[in-house]
Amino acid sequence: MTVTATVRPRRPRPAVRRHRVRRALDSEQFTGWAFVTPGVAVILLFGAAPIVWSAVLSFRKSSLLGSSSPFVGLSNYRRLVHDPVVGQAIQHTLIYTALFVPGTMVVGLFLAVAMNRKIRGINIYRTAAYATMAISTISEAIVFIWLFDPSYGIVNYAFSKVGLPQQQFLNSPSEALYVIVAMTIWGWTGFAVVVYLAALQGIPQTLLEAAAIDGASPWRAFRRVTLPLLSPASLFLAVWLTINALQLFDEVYLSTQGGPLNATTVLVYYLYVQAFQQFNFGYASAIAYFLFLVTIVITVVQFWAGRRFTYYRS
Amino acid sequence: MSATSAPVRDVRAMAGDGVPGRQRRRGWPFSPWHLVLIPATVALLFPFAWLLVTSLETSSEALRFPPVLIPHAIRFANYSDALSQAPFVHWLVNSAVVAAGTVLCNLVLCTLAGYAFARFRFLGRTALFAVIMATLMVPFQVTMIPWFTITKWLGVHVLAGVGINTIGALILPNAATAFGIFFMRQFFRTLPLEYEESARVDGASRLTVLVRIVLPLATPPLATLAALTFLDSWNNFLWPLIAVTSTSQMTLPLGLATFQGAHATEWPLLMAGNVMSLVPMLAVFFVAQRYFIRSVAATGLAGT
Repeated sequence: MTVTATVRPRRPRPAVRRHRVRRALDSEQFTGWAFVTPGVAVILLFGAAPIVWSAVLSFRKSSLLGSSSPFVGLSNYRRLVHDPVVGQAIQHTLIYTALFVPGTMVVGLFLAVAMNRKIRGINIYRTAAYATMAISTISEAIVFIWLFDPSYGIVNYAFSKVGLPQQQFLNSPSEALYVIVAMTIWGWTGFAVVVYLAALQGIPQTLLEAAAIDGASPWRAFRRVTLPLLSPASLFLAVWLTINALQLFDEVYLSTQGGPLNATTVLVYYLYVQAFQQFNFGYASAIAYFLFLVTIVITVVQFWAGRRFTYYRS
Repeated sequence: MSATSAPVRDVRAMAGDGVPGRQRRRGWPFSPWHLVLIPATVALLFPFAWLLVTSLETSSEALRFPPVLIPHAIRFANYSDALSQAPFVHWLVNSAVVAAGTVLCNLVLCTLAGYAFARFRFLGRTALFAVIMATLMVPFQVTMIPWFTITKWLGVHVLAGVGINTIGALILPNAATAFGIFFMRQFFRTLPLEYEESARVDGASRLTVLVRIVLPLATPPLATLAALTFLDSWNNFLWPLIAVTSTSQMTLPLGLATFQGAHATEWPLLMAGNVMSLVPMLAVFFVAQRYFIRSVAATGLAGT
């Protein structure tokens, strides 16, 4: 009893202080920062700072070995313009993108339309298409190197069966890039099917029934009703696949290492060689920024062009 | 012309989309779409099948033309040979640790930051959010050289466990993503404020509100974020290729790539390794197919 009596008068002060601390800890100001800090720290360190840093690097002559990295102005960019391999890499990247993106979209659209119905075994068909999404680019590349092996590959066997001449595929400068197009289209089929199927399932049946009652043939209804309603999904796929196509690396690294005779040297592969085999960090950064610029320009053009063809229901 | 003369038939054909049974036209005992889908599925699955067949052949069978379509004796020894020549199980564990760590970090960090950006007013909020959004557009290739340098520096000066040639180096730079923060913020903004406000009135702290009230409502976006992060992390190749050189720290894609480099023409061995590398992910994918499909579809629909 006596103990509590002596302690009691002292209590209010710490309680008030504790209350004030608790209120400060509970403020939007403090909790906001506390919640944001860990995530933002990671993004500032590995997202924002590197963007600035590599911009700075692109104006310097920098290598891993030398500790000094003198400022060289635009000379990395000037070198880029005159480098014949960069010219080839741009050409290969654009050819690849121009084939891969429409190819994947057409395959994906075709399969998604075919799979957008409740028929027996549909889940087996869909799962088979989805399964390509679970395959890493490395697994995919190894399988396709084997399928397209010039000496023992089954594709050449199929060619011989139907009377086509034997091909060199990945060993041929004129064919290697197209084999890489084929393997990446296969690898991205599942993704395109999922996106198109989701969009198809969002199309109300009533619109298609109305078109049919108005006398439209199924093909006409597809062209005039389904396809316009799919245009937002198509725009998304076009942009997304293009961004990924411009960054093609894994398959090239594994199958051809940019060869034969630079026939499959694409921008990111050349950037990798410059950065981590030659250790020209400055020049590689300039190539990276050039890639960034190309990506932005193409994406903006796609959105601008897409606006005129895209139909938003709202 | 036929379209106008026989509208009734067309109505039935159109209504077939998604409606069981009606797809059948006169005279077809099954949907004609099977005639399209069966060859397409065979073409999609053929690489898998050929991979499996090759992995069970002997080396001499694989190096024969015309190819041996059915191996004479099923040779499982390729699998044990591959296992004895390369630490596939170890790589699998590394991949799993990296993927699990990355997913866990993203779920926690992106939820916290996304919630704060959605709900709290604090000094610098707009500026910070703008910076995060700006990093969203930049391709990885622009940042990868500084990633290498920063990771190297961190390993030497801060914590050895996140330096070059460690598994930590594969987790930390991806521990939070601009996409994840943006994605969670967008979700939290759609939630009605009432639940949170009434919990606050009842005296709950802000963290309690987030954990007890908001998170139970956020399982769909969290599942989406987890699935997308998992796929990304599992299949990542370029960053591990740069950051890791020693066999013991490799993830499956990188390990498989080095295995291919060492055994480029030993096809059955290589294919056995390849099968072992892709089976775990296929298994996870089939078990959680619903989540993966929904997540990928969500990214597509978000763009529409």
